[in-house]
Amino acid sequence: MSLNAYLILSTILFIIGMMGVIRRKNLLMLFFSTEIMLNAVNIALAAVSKFHADLTGQMFAFFIIAIAASEVAIGLGLLILWYKKKASINLDTMQSMKG
Amino acid sequence: MEKYLYIALFTPLLASLFAALFSLRPKLLFVGVISSFLIAVSMVSSFHLLHYVYTTDTAVFVKMYDWISIGSLNIPFGFVVDQVSVIMMVVVTIVSTMVHIHSIGYMDHDKSFNRFFAWLSAFVFSMMILVMSDNFAGLFIGWEGVGLCSWGLIGFWYHKKDQEKSSDIYKSPYSTLSPYSSISPSFAANEAFITNRVADLGMLIGLFLIYWNIGSLQYEAVFAQIKALDTGLITAIAIFLFIGAMGKSAQFPFNQWLANAMEGPTPVSALIHAATMVTAGVYLVIRANEIFIAVPQVGYFIASLGAFVAIGAALMALVATNIKKIIAFSTLSQLGYMFVAAGLGAYWVALFHLATHAFFKSVLFLGAGNVMHALNDEINIKNMGGLHKHMKATSIIMTIASISLAGIFPLSGFFSKDLILEVAFGTHSYIIWAVLYITAGLTAFYSFRLIMYVFHGKQNFNEKGYTPHETYAFVIAAMTPLAFLAIIAGFFKAQFIELTTKLLPELNVHISSATFFVLILLTLGIALFGIAFAIIKFRKDGTYFSSKYKEHSLYKLLANQYYMPHFIENILLKPYLALSKFAFKVLDLKIIDAMVDGIAKLIYKSGNTSKVVQTGNLSSNLRLMVLGVTVLLILVVVLAIAK
Repeated sequence: MSLNAYLILSTILFIIGMMGVIRRKNLLMLFFSTEIMLNAVNIALAAVSKFHADLTGQMFAFFIIAIAASEVAIGLGLLILWYKKKASINLDTMQSMKG
Repeated sequence: MEKYLYIALFTPLLASLFAALFSLRPKLLFVGVISSFLIAVSMVSSFHLLHYVYTTDTAVFVKMYDWISIGSLNIPFGFVVDQVSVIMMVVVTIVSTMVHIHSIGYMDHDKSFNRFFAWLSAFVFSMMILVMSDNFAGLFIGWEGVGLCSWGLIGFWYHKKDQEKSSDIYKSPYSTLSPYSSISPSFAANEAFITNRVADLGMLIGLFLIYWNIGSLQYEAVFAQIKALDTGLITAIAIFLFIGAMGKSAQFPFNQWLANAMEGPTPVSALIHAATMVTAGVYLVIRANEIFIAVPQVGYFIASLGAFVAIGAALMALVATNIKKIIAFSTLSQLGYMFVAAGLGAYWVALFHLATHAFFKSVLFLGAGNVMHALNDEINIKNMGGLHKHMKATSIIMTIASISLAGIFPLSGFFSKDLILEVAFGTHSYIIWAVLYITAGLTAFYSFRLIMYVFHGKQNFNEKGYTPHETYAFVIAAMTPLAFLAIIAGFFKAQFIELTTKLLPELNVHISSATFFVLILLTLGIALFGIAFAIIKFRKDGTYFSSKYKEHSLYKLLANQYYMPHFIENILLKPYLALSKFAFKVLDLKIIDAMVDGIAKLIYKSGNTSKVVQTGNLSSNLRLMVLGVTVLLILVVVLAIAK
């Protein structure tokens, strides 16, 4: 398979994730969508790394996985707290700091 | 020796800061005493430096630190005590010390006693910076400093309200016959300050020219290289520097502020006229003599202007009845003498006259202060008379000072003034000599006209209910050293020449001893004639100008100060005010303000219209973010293709 195939897959995944970010109102779904976008980038990085015989891209992919994991952990923690307090995770209800 | 230099320079600053601590408090006697003491310390240090410079013939140089150092511009904060500056320091500190002590008595009942001393000491400090600096930048700092302090002191009684303008010569604040020195103290203060600013612009241009063409403002560097410049350029530098000197030393056409500055408390007048302000211009010309020597035609212009001012001011003093203005005009006239000497290349003679003049002029003002104090601030000499009986000490001291001013042997004024006349004659400037010769007679006359009106004749103050009394003994004690110096300063001429000619050019005047002797006799003769005429005429008539003269237009011309205040008001101030109003109402409000307001309104409106995007909804924000990224991406792609 050529590099282009991987990059096209990566682009498709990224657009799916972005559509999710735009369309979804559920906070949990937002996390899923961002996760998809991050992994789309990971695919692209890993593929480019492999085809160019340079390990830096794969190292970056690992970094992104680690950061995504910690980000989700904190995000989910906050989400649970929010749900306990408000019994809803709809984005439209999150406007308490609006000026 | 550096220690003494620092003491001489910074004790006045210390005095000023100390007094300023209490400036809002009611009168505290120790503020005046400590300020005076600190100035006296400065005086002692100056004397020590004088002794050092005189005996060892070495100048003291001190570089405190690099003040401005940007690129090739390097101006150190340095000071020099050489043969010229040390004489200025001694003169300034002697007069200042005595004026400080006198002020303790004069300002006795003033509620702003402490503030007065803060300004007074700051004045001395500025003058010390001016005379001690070793470069033009430091001189300019002191120059501006004295301007600022003069503003604070002339307008010291800023709460006094403006006088009505009037066409009656006895009431108009523009006339020297009225009981007002000027429209108001704040008017006089602003006038002095603004006039000086205008002239300072000339000086600044001179300094810029020096810097551009020589690349340094240090005296040594400038004087070493000035002769290499183009003659036209040196002429320009000399003229611009002299414009600055004209402002400070109140030469025509910048002379009006000096007479109006009489609104200030009298010790301030003494300080301004004798030590700290008007002498600065003469000092500048003396200090920059190497520049002026290179262009003799500028020097000749300076001398001609000096002679013109000398006689013009002396004529005004003939008719004035305002005691302080008579003395102010006499300062103006004597400054003219100094500029004649400086312009004709006799720099040390100018410095010598500056020194002797400082002594007798300060004591004249301090005496006038005593008289005014005794008569509830009366300033019309025609309302005085017969005060000799009541104020013997003041009367004697003022008479001595007046004899010295008139130039009678062997008082100090004789030596210096006679030298100036010799210089004028010896350089074949016969017209200038004749003008100065007549002025010498007028000087003697108006000085004694003042003495006669104030201290002799009928007591005209009784009907006003004044009960004159002599001032405090310590005030008289402060005036005595000055009066003493006014008598004997002339005898130090030999030492003075020996000291100053090490730095200043020697006199280049050749007169045979017979001519010299005749000249002295002629000058003495006209001075004695002036005095005798003043005394005899007063004894006979009790007045000088009969009512026939008073209607004469010439008399009115002199009493109205040649209509210069009217000219300034109508020709300069009124159009300027109209221009300012136009600039404010049209240029400022309608154009500049409209532009600034327009920009503010534009931003405000655009913010108002675009604030709808701030819904507070995370989801819509995310969408906008995606939109923004997309737009940027498209832009990048388009630009990449376009390339």
